[in-house]
Amino acid sequence: MAKIPVQFRLNGSDRAAFVDAPETLLNTLRRGLGDFAPKYGCGQGACGVCTVLIDGEPHLSCLTLSVACEGKRIETASGMADGPDLHPLQAQFMEHFAAQCGFCTPGMLTVARALLDRNPNPTRDEVIEAISGNICRCTGYEPIVAAILAAAGSPGMRRSEGGRHA
Amino acid sequence: MLEMRKDLFADERDDNLNVIGKGLQRQDMPGHVTGLTRYFDDHAFEGLLHLKVVRSPHASARIRSIDVAAAARAPGVRRVLRAADVPVNRNTLLSLIGFGKDDEPSLAVDKVHYKGEPVVAIIADSEAQALAAKKLVRIDYEPMPAVFDVEEALKPGAPVVNETYSANYFEYHERFDHQKLRFGDVERALASADMVLEHRYQMSPIEHAPTETNGSIAAPEQNGRFVVHSCAQGLFFALGTAAKIVALESNRLHFIGGTVGGGFGGKVDSLTEPLAVLGAMVTGKPVRFVLDREEEMLYGSPRGAERIYIKDGLMRDGRLIARHIRSYFDAGAYTRLSSYAAIKCTAHLPGPYWIPNVASDVHVAYTNRCPSTAMRGFGITAVDFALEVQMDRLAEAAQMDPMEFRLLNAYRDGDMKPHRRKASNTALIECVQVAAEKANWPISEQGKRQSSLTGGGVGERGQIPATVLDARGQIGRPETRNSGPTQTLPAGSSRIAPSKQPVMEGARDGRAAPAQVPRYEAARPAAAPLSPPPYQPAPSPYQPVTGQQPPPYQPPPAPPATAAPVQTQHGAVRFSSVFGRRR
Ligand code: FES
Ligand code: FES
Repeated sequence: MAKIPVQFRLNGSDRAAFVDAPETLLNTLRRGLGDFAPKYGCGQGACGVCTVLIDGEPHLSCLTLSVACEGKRIETASGMADGPDLHPLQAQFMEHFAAQCGFCTPGMLTVARALLDRNPNPTRDEVIEAISGNICRCTGYEPIVAAILAAAGSPGMRRSEGGRHA
Repeated sequence: MLEMRKDLFADERDDNLNVIGKGLQRQDMPGHVTGLTRYFDDHAFEGLLHLKVVRSPHASARIRSIDVAAAARAPGVRRVLRAADVPVNRNTLLSLIGFGKDDEPSLAVDKVHYKGEPVVAIIADSEAQALAAKKLVRIDYEPMPAVFDVEEALKPGAPVVNETYSANYFEYHERFDHQKLRFGDVERALASADMVLEHRYQMSPIEHAPTETNGSIAAPEQNGRFVVHSCAQGLFFALGTAAKIVALESNRLHFIGGTVGGGFGGKVDSLTEPLAVLGAMVTGKPVRFVLDREEEMLYGSPRGAERIYIKDGLMRDGRLIARHIRSYFDAGAYTRLSSYAAIKCTAHLPGPYWIPNVASDVHVAYTNRCPSTAMRGFGITAVDFALEVQMDRLAEAAQMDPMEFRLLNAYRDGDMKPHRRKASNTALIECVQVAAEKANWPISEQGKRQSSLTGGGVGERGQIPATVLDARGQIGRPETRNSGPTQTLPAGSSRIAPSKQPVMEGARDGRAAPAQVPRYEAARPAAAPLSPPPYQPAPSPYQPVTGQQPPPYQPPPAPPATAAPVQTQHGAVRFSSVFGRRR
């Protein structure tokens, strides 16, 4: 099968890959480009562990074709920290014990980041709404909600590169 | 009280353990929040191959023929594996500790025993190619009768689920058909009880549903070794299992793992490691075998469903005098860890209560369902649910507050357990006191003054009672494996139907004696002298209650004044977060 070239910006760097037409962005990121932050949990849009930002909007990479990402800005949890400095969401996830096995954490961080980019002071209900597509089997969600609310109030909240209001 | 065995661990560590009460950051947290944590699937390999299995669509069938020719020729397919390719194609997980017979193949040989059982494995360049080739495998099945109910499975003549255990029950030590506990004489105590309450509890199988599905990647290393990135919860357990099945010395397997994307017990079965290693051996390439979500939910082994019958003898003053438990573990088609679950269950009975007559029979039954395995307190949580629902029903029958009812019947330090061990570090009384306090649930002043430290082991509470022997001189009756859904009650007592409210039966005089006079193992204190005391039928300790009203709550002797600090209102000093102290 002939491979198709695709180029996009991944966490601030220009990247290119040759993909098969039916290949998912999740597969290209993980197996093609070695960014293992987005995870496979279901491959059918049910769990949210594969969530990435495409032009600042959260998308399920398991249901996104790589060829559709030509020229887009893609961000994953791997690109959240600024060098050694953690994003406030990352710091607050640590502080609030918002991860146990950690498998859902990259997806949770990603949807939370999109939320705070759009709405720097969300209510608790808005936080719950934002993470409602992401399954966590370990934490019971409360620490995650607390971490996101704490990050919203913390100084130093930065916008993601592709954020709408950036 | 935790005791440091300084004689054994003199060099192990000093005692300046000082982390309790401090907040500490977990060492794996930075990896989790930066996406740097590497789970088994987060490893890049050049030339990675993908393994998928063809699963049985039948719960029970004979395999007439398997045709893999078309699949083997399909694009991208490197290798097709069948049962004969697996070096040791029969295993049981606990064989690593010499427990149980090998009963489960990695790839089905000539029969399948549950829907979803792996039959053929396909290794291809891509997942899509492996999935496409799966569709080309032709397997001709002859469906056979299946059994899905634990009690049906144990009946004579039921379809044989698993040829290794042809009577459909796990055999302990190749002799015993179940886990048995006998303490005192349950049948006689039930006959003398004011009320008998029996209920049936049925649990469901529960899938762990971890966010990361089961899987592993095996790759050839130098020196004839293989590196295996595994999701296993018990990494060395998986290593030992894989080494046995692929017939390699275990030092040729290099397992890397411990970073598990949610396990909850569902990642102890080595579901993928043996075939991934075998794939790497036969192709010389890295091989990845990962369950997809559908496979995880349908064929990742669940918590076993349990059926539990509890029959209790209750006195009108609230004392529990007899408890008989009959329980069936649904192992599914193969043993995995159900044999261990039944042992845990038996060790846990009769719950945290001192009951002078206890009998239990816990069976592991094979059915044509997905094999079940470990899950968070398996063997314990289901029976605890049943026991505590039963306790609430009993409290209602005795017209007692459920908290007081538990205080009255709770284990105390020094009480003899049916396992012939003295209870120690008991804490139910304190738990009830703290729970009542936190829930603003009123309990009596007497109840608040109770303590697990006092009143235990007094008189018969510290004794092993006279225990019924069977015809062979072993603790025995009643036999229960093939008994009907309910048992015959001794003469003179009557059953309270599960759907009905319990009724007071009142004092009954002149109960008929049981038809056969049982033989007893004599009562003896915990530290039995070598020559047991002469045979003495234990006198029934229960006097029928004659009054119309239940007698007032009579706790065991009050603790000496010094036992509880005077400033505490509740007796709950040991574990109370309110007082922040323990004994
Ligand atoms: S893997 Fe994409 S939603 Fe589950
Ligand atoms: S921390 Fe395990 S799934 Fe969320």
